[in-house]
Amino acid sequence: MKPPPFQYFAPTTIDEALALIAEHGYDAKVLAGGQSLIPTMNFRLAQPGVLVDLNNIPELAYISLDDNGGVSIGAMTRQREVERSEIIAERVPLVHETMPFIAHPQIRNRGTFGGSLAHADPAAELPAVATALNAQFRVRSQSGERWIPANDFFVDLFATALEPEEVLVEVVLPEMLPRSGYAFEEVARRHGDYALVGAAATVTLDQSNRCEQVRLIYFSVGNGPVEAHQAEAMLKGQELTSEAIQAAAETAASTDIDPPGDIHASIAYRRHLAKVLAKRVLEKATTRAISGD
Amino acid sequence: MTDLFSITITINGTPYESEVEPRMLLSDFIRHEIGLTGTHVGCEHGVCGACTVLFDGQPVRSCIMFAVQANGHELMTVEGLTPDASEENLHPLQASFREAHGLQCGFCTAGFLMTILAFLEENTNPNEQEIREAISGNLCRCTGYQHIVDAVKLAAEKMAAES
Repeated sequence: MKPPPFQYFAPTTIDEALALIAEHGYDAKVLAGGQSLIPTMNFRLAQPGVLVDLNNIPELAYISLDDNGGVSIGAMTRQREVERSEIIAERVPLVHETMPFIAHPQIRNRGTFGGSLAHADPAAELPAVATALNAQFRVRSQSGERWIPANDFFVDLFATALEPEEVLVEVVLPEMLPRSGYAFEEVARRHGDYALVGAAATVTLDQSNRCEQVRLIYFSVGNGPVEAHQAEAMLKGQELTSEAIQAAAETAASTDIDPPGDIHASIAYRRHLAKVLAKRVLEKATTRAISGD
Repeated sequence: MTDLFSITITINGTPYESEVEPRMLLSDFIRHEIGLTGTHVGCEHGVCGACTVLFDGQPVRSCIMFAVQANGHELMTVEGLTPDASEENLHPLQASFREAHGLQCGFCTAGFLMTILAFLEENTNPNEQEIREAISGNLCRCTGYQHIVDAVKLAAEKMAAES
């Protein structure tokens, strides 16, 4: 189908974009890569009256080192750029490992890092990975800017903490701590399809190889990224033996998540996948933390 | 009626000027305004890959972009592979599809060709796994993909021999 008519603006600066969004309020929708928004408009599931296209704002597309050793990514940076960035591969390898799983190359050429996060699809990879990494989101409106931690950014199904007049402009991914490891896994019917279940983990070990910090974040099992709090609590302070990881993975899959069942996967199958994936990502993250990779 | 926007898009080296409604999809612009009907439109929501074109050298789905967004940019469509449109001068990638039976009905083929063209520029000697990942964003309901994979391997050989 064809999208319904709309008013179109293509500002060339952030300030101009923020003014347009403030002026048009709820009628305005921000157009980033458009790889989710335009299909929904083609279906006429979304009928925004005004589109503010951010694609002509060069100051929103960059990958740079942060003062604190982390990496700052402009919201309009193409996913393909992130995938190919040496800075990302070196400083936030979890993101580097995840990028090829996001849709298909044609989509990543157009889709943006910030767009995927602000869209908050519960089956998307980046919200879970950003949560696992404790990313910080810089959002701006005409009245100022504020920072939102990933944990607070994802509110519900396709819903974020962004106010209608606010735009996500930058994401800061903190540098991995020493003695830390990471891993990402997902199961999809076909490479590039939405995952039936996916999981990202980060692990930080203390000097005696006990677990100091652990994050286990699922996607495609709820209304957004789902943190496996009970499983994490079982692992903190413990030595991450395969028995400990197995027990935590079972708790994560049986207690921490409440996955939906549909034609693609039953609830029982999603729980099974969640257990297997938790085990894999926790083991891989632990191995990497020990070996220092 | 919303405002019309004046745009200039270079397609296969030729600049085209037009006035479009902002809601006009790039795929419709290419087919209906310019008349380059080699680009096919399948699902029109970014799933099937039939409408894939090169946008500044990178494959994108033209059905989930607006024509107005391509203003000032360069596109390549399947017609750009064989500028003189003669059977003798098929691009090696097209010739490989013909020889390896990489198509049956042909509806998806233009999208595959544009996807693979960009892929083979980056990876001149891909293995089967890499090929299957590269074409994962394009659907074909006839071939079962095996002959498409064969065609990509053949094209990689032909293109390596030519360069």
